[in-house]
Amino acid sequence: MNYQFKWSVLWSGQSGSWLLQGLLTTLEISLLAWVLAVALGIVSGAMRTMPWKPLRALATFYVEFFRNVPLLVWMFFWYFGVPPLLPGGAREWLFNHGAEFWAGMFALGVYHGARMSEVIRAGILAIPRTQFEAAVAMGLTTFQVYRLVIVPIALRLIVPPATSESLNLLKNSSVALTISVAELTFQTRQIETYTAKAIEALTAGTVIYLVLCVGIAAIMARVERRFAIPGLIARGG
Amino acid sequence: MLDFGVIASNFRFLVVQGLFGLGGFAGGTLRLAIPAIVLGFVLGIFIGLARLARSRWIRLPATLYVEFFRGVPLVMVIFWIWFIIPQLLRLPIPEYGVALTAFVIFEAAYFGEIVRAGIQSVPRGQVEAATAVGLTGAQTMRFVVLPQAIRNMVPALVTQMIVLFKDTSLASIIGYVDLTKAAQIVNNREIKPFELYLFVAVVYFAFTYSMSRYARRFERRPSAV
Repeated sequence: MNYQFKWSVLWSGQSGSWLLQGLLTTLEISLLAWVLAVALGIVSGAMRTMPWKPLRALATFYVEFFRNVPLLVWMFFWYFGVPPLLPGGAREWLFNHGAEFWAGMFALGVYHGARMSEVIRAGILAIPRTQFEAAVAMGLTTFQVYRLVIVPIALRLIVPPATSESLNLLKNSSVALTISVAELTFQTRQIETYTAKAIEALTAGTVIYLVLCVGIAAIMARVERRFAIPGLIARGG
Repeated sequence: MLDFGVIASNFRFLVVQGLFGLGGFAGGTLRLAIPAIVLGFVLGIFIGLARLARSRWIRLPATLYVEFFRGVPLVMVIFWIWFIIPQLLRLPIPEYGVALTAFVIFEAAYFGEIVRAGIQSVPRGQVEAATAVGLTGAQTMRFVVLPQAIRNMVPALVTQMIVLFKDTSLASIIGYVDLTKAAQIVNNREIKPFELYLFVAVVYFAFTYSMSRYARRFERRPSAV
């Protein structure tokens, strides 16, 4: 291999600030999409366990349709397909406020909301049925049972799979580069384009992703131990 | 305002070319996904076995491999292969080769974890019994452990195959003409993004959902042990 390494391209010129901006955009889009995904996941995950059939069917349709189609297709759909159908004012606002970012965030959030929903549903189904019955016997309404008993327990049960799903979301935010959101992978490509030093640029991006993922996984391992329900999860620390 | 006629008039290009890869371009979602699933699984078996090896010098590289690829976005891996392979081989590689290599290397890390979990799910007594009747280590693996392990792996394997099938859409980033890219090409000419991408979504859904329905039949079947 006849390749001249020149690592200094990473800290000379604009590379450093590009990487930093890319990292910030990645974190920003991931965080907003994560909030959307968790909200959609909790609502649809809870709906899928409820006794009323139309609610279950609606949530099942959402989950199955959105998680079974590639994220890239959803990016194109929300960025190219939907805005032209919006009313003029909304469309104009969107294109004046970074439409690619919002479309990318929405695509990421709705897609991962469907996947998060499965994680939360599994957590709810893991709760013994007696908990539900006991709550009803205390005189709580269905909504109160979910809000006060089922969902709080489920959230503590699902810390490990929810962490791995959140990391998937973070990594998948890189797909937003296809609709030109200037996130980390996009900036890595930009450095490569300007300096023609592919290996150096890709190494920088890869290392940042690895540090993020490994770091978050380590923090969440501590959270998992902190919030483990005594007696319910037999996991050694 | 919506005009789904655009799909009928471009059906041949979208489906015959984009989905099956039987048109004039070297493309096709299925032509990429099927070899990627098979080769990724084969490499994954070796990685899964290596992670369970007794020797630390086999176990450690396999663990690093898995942890590395699970901590990096697939898009990044595709770009790596896109730049590195032509440098190493000193010759241009078609998009198909780049995409296939990237998918096999990346997904093997995930398949490897499934294989490892599957093998660990086989009770230890089975191995001891096999040893007791005089099978060698390789024979134990081949005739006793793997047949049971693969059975236990089926649901997770199908899930991963669905993920890989969806991931092949990312090959369009480097210009491979799969279903997603075909829709992009048609859209550049027709400007019907809503109809085209919705159609593509439905086609992907038809494949992945039927795969997951099929897998559910295995889950209900009682296991051998």
